[in-house]
Amino acid sequence: MKKSKLLLVSLTSIMAVLLLSGCENNMVVFNPQGPIARQILELINFSIALMLLVTIVVFGLFAFIVWKYRERKDNMSYEPPEEHGSTVLEIIWTVIPILIIVALTIPTVKTIYAIDEIPQGYEDKEPLVINVTSADWKWIFSYPEQGIETINYVNIPEDRPIDFRLTSAGTMQSFWIPALGGQKYSMAKAETQLYLVADNPGSYVGRNTNFNGQGYAGMEFEVLSQTQKEFDEWVKEVKETAPKMTLSEYEKMLEPSHFGRKTFSNTHLEWVDHSDPHSKNYTNPEMYDRGHGWPGKIFEDKDNYKNKDGNTVNTKHDNSEDMNHNESETDDSHGGEHSGH
Amino acid sequence: MGIKWDEFFVTGDPLIFASQIGIALTMIGALAALTYFKKWNYLWTEWLTTVDHKKIGIMYILMGVLMFVRGGIDGLMMKGQTAVPENEFLNAQHYNEVFTTHGVIMILFVAMPLLIGLMNFVIPLQIGARDVAFPQLNALSFWLTFSGAMLFNISFIIGGSPDAGWTSYFPLAGKEFSPGIGNNFYAVALQIAGAGTLMTGINFVVTVLKMRTKGMTLMKMPMFTWTSFITSIIIVASFPIFTVALALMTFDRTFGTHFFTISGGGMDMLWANLFWLWGHPEVYIVVLPAFGMLSDIISTFARKTLYGYKSMVISIVMISVLSMLVWVHHFFTMGNSAGVNSFFSITTMAIAIPTGVKVFNWLFTMRKGRIKFTTAMLWSLAFVPNFVIGGVTGVMLAMAAADYQYHNTLFLVAHFHYVLIPGVVFPIFAGLYFWWPKMFGYMLNERIGKWHFWLFVIGFNVTFMPMFFLGLDGAVRRAYTYSAETGFGPLMMISAVGSVILAAGFAALVYNIYWSARHADRNIGNDPWDARTLEWATATPVQHYNFASLPDVSKIDAFWHMKKNNEIQPLTEDEIEEIHLPSNTWIPIYMGVIFGISGFLLVFEWTIAAAIAALGIFAGLAFRSFDYDEGFHVHKDEILETERKWRKGANKGVKNHVS
Ligand code: HEM
Ligand SMILES: [Cu+2]
Ligand SMILES: [Cu+2]
Repeated sequence: MKKSKLLLVSLTSIMAVLLLSGCENNMVVFNPQGPIARQILELINFSIALMLLVTIVVFGLFAFIVWKYRERKDNMSYEPPEEHGSTVLEIIWTVIPILIIVALTIPTVKTIYAIDEIPQGYEDKEPLVINVTSADWKWIFSYPEQGIETINYVNIPEDRPIDFRLTSAGTMQSFWIPALGGQKYSMAKAETQLYLVADNPGSYVGRNTNFNGQGYAGMEFEVLSQTQKEFDEWVKEVKETAPKMTLSEYEKMLEPSHFGRKTFSNTHLEWVDHSDPHSKNYTNPEMYDRGHGWPGKIFEDKDNYKNKDGNTVNTKHDNSEDMNHNESETDDSHGGEHSGH
Repeated sequence: MGIKWDEFFVTGDPLIFASQIGIALTMIGALAALTYFKKWNYLWTEWLTTVDHKKIGIMYILMGVLMFVRGGIDGLMMKGQTAVPENEFLNAQHYNEVFTTHGVIMILFVAMPLLIGLMNFVIPLQIGARDVAFPQLNALSFWLTFSGAMLFNISFIIGGSPDAGWTSYFPLAGKEFSPGIGNNFYAVALQIAGAGTLMTGINFVVTVLKMRTKGMTLMKMPMFTWTSFITSIIIVASFPIFTVALALMTFDRTFGTHFFTISGGGMDMLWANLFWLWGHPEVYIVVLPAFGMLSDIISTFARKTLYGYKSMVISIVMISVLSMLVWVHHFFTMGNSAGVNSFFSITTMAIAIPTGVKVFNWLFTMRKGRIKFTTAMLWSLAFVPNFVIGGVTGVMLAMAAADYQYHNTLFLVAHFHYVLIPGVVFPIFAGLYFWWPKMFGYMLNERIGKWHFWLFVIGFNVTFMPMFFLGLDGAVRRAYTYSAETGFGPLMMISAVGSVILAAGFAALVYNIYWSARHADRNIGNDPWDARTLEWATATPVQHYNFASLPDVSKIDAFWHMKKNNEIQPLTEDEIEEIHLPSNTWIPIYMGVIFGISGFLLVFEWTIAAAIAALGIFAGLAFRSFDYDEGFHVHKDEILETERKWRKGANKGVKNHVS
């Protein structure tokens, strides 16, 4: 039949056009900027090749059968035979998928194990630890060794493994820098870990991929890869010029809000490590837009830093004199831009 | 307590305001029309209180089609919003609500009701039975599903819609981060609908095991019966998990417990595990019956027995077992150990093996056949290449290390639409075109059907193919906007245009239903497709008792062999006996209403009122316990008259209506 052929032709041509445009195009996953992303890409390319083969075989067989056995004016009297199957053929098309799966499993498992480790060739370089804390809707990067903290951007030295330690102050996020490697979740009261390496100096996009409310779409950050020398200079400059963050400023930051970059010459780790299962909660249910409708009950949270019952966090809070931090708060910090109705 | 009406009704948005008025007007109009045409009685006795599996099936289908309109409008709104960068058609909150309701409605209130509706209509006929095992329970299943769907749908005009995704992951979905009541609608409405589905599962397991006609052994059942049977088993195995998870969610959100919250020692990932322990099998719950329908339809229009029947059965059993062992592939990136991720990668990829077997069996069913391109067959054919794309991308996603780059991107969204639309929606369309004459006594128009087919299939590919590439370029799911620098604009625009073509295809279906109801030929005989299974052996549309005398089966494709060997029994008067059937009952619809009311009150966290309303549930149970209605008998004369009428014209139109 003409129509089914048309279907096939249109389908395959759409595929082909898109695939071809895909190959010459610079889709980020196909342009790895570091060894981890490159390893993953090798796996992806291998799977694409194999899957393309499967697709072509099945499409070809399908087109052939549908074309050859279509009903025509001259075969209306043909009665198809009674045919119940063929054990041999059925075994063949059980075994072929098994072989394909085995062929995919081996490199998959290898890569899964490999990307959990510092990539080959970088083992002797000392990893730089960066603690990543995600909050609604910003990324907080703490450099414990350097004693500095950046918000919504992260600078890293090239050619050196970065040991990202991920956690969240609230909702779950997923930390993804596609040019450098795969993603990992950041979860409250838990720590996940991700190694990434950048080959060269350059600027890459990083973002959250796990939906976490109204500010989700804007939860991006810039990754700036620098030479070790530039990086050291940057750290030095931050230590000298950036302000120190206060606890109340930090608490304010954890409220649901959007803002641009910030830089500090200390880290919040001195007050709280959100990956600690016993750490305080910094939730602010009252501050979230409740959609358009009926407000529900909000429950008191005993472990919240706001319930001041004489613990360490609160003592420090009382000591901090700078209660009036609003001036340093240049950008908007209300509950998302979209709560206006 | 004074109710703040401006918070009770969702206000402040012209779109929503317009739909509120639209809904109110439609309801008033429907009530007025029913009264004017004096149809209340008809509606009540023929439909609302029916326990007939065929009518219940049709009500499920009607509900599924209506919900498809709602879910489809949600889909179009999302495509409209993301068609260009930094669009301001929907804001973040609206987009979040829309993708949440779209996902939930499409899976639970479109795919499930349409499939369960077709199952309801077809399975008892295919196994030569007069009804399902528990007809009243069947009606209750429907009314609970309907009640859940209505409760879920009013959220956008009353109270506020859920907005945490169809997966409603904690901690986001908890009170700590979503303090509105929107997500209560999710927890409560799905609980009610889920109870209905669980009962359907139980009902069909028993029906298939106990109600088969003489001679129909398990290995002689039509493939749609087989897959529905296995699906029912998966329902029984997995829905209780969802029930528990939703109950815990309700406790967290309305009573302040800490199962999934981040405070008080709750475990947010416990929700993700429970959700996907149900959620992944759920994918197979919708895909398997669809596979069964395809098997029967392909075999009918290729005029050949299904190839490799035994290996088909083995593969569905394998798929059902594996479907319970793969849930972790939804969160490979959670920081599991490499060993765990490897294990779940392998189990997931292993599903490709039985699925591959099925595809080859379908292809070889057509080989040496004589393929007739009816609309139903076109949908079944289009399934193969499109589903293969969904399948191979599924294998790619199953490779945990690679998934680190695909996870939560539009690549994933494209993949699951390539599984769900060709794998569930195409077969449902095929099934509707195929069984429509059995249901209503006339066919859907084939010409309009082809418009429906080509627009929908092309639109579908244009919509979702670009999303693979967008995902590989770093575009994430559930983001209401993106900046122009990302360069996503052009592909997003193509995709949006595709969704308009797709919507036009769906409009053609709706028009086809309307056109055929008014103009189609009613004179079509009982077997217009020259089909193979028992549902075609009886009248069209099917008489309420299904079979005058229950058929006797000796082979697969029983009806086909009866036709070939001239074994179709003529009507002999002394063979006919009185038929015992169950009476109508008001209890199921009453239960649906009461569940809806107490659910609604629970959503608003008026727990005392909800508890009082729930007393009505016990009242319904009590009524049922003291209900001694034994059903009624269809008399011999009536049976004889009905049978003579359809048999007279049984053979006309057999060949002339398919062209
Ligand atoms: C009819 C045409 C359809 C269109 C235009 C459409 C479009 C979309 C879009 C744009 C998204 C969200 C992408 C994003 O994350 O931003 C989406 C999500 C989704 N769709 Fe569809 N879709 C369609 C049909 C279906 C069908 C038939 C099903 C299921 C049977 C389905 C199930 C889902 C699910 C489960 C989600 C995920 C929702 C979530 O993220 O929580 N869709 N769809
Ligand atoms: Cu809004
Ligand atoms: Cu899954």
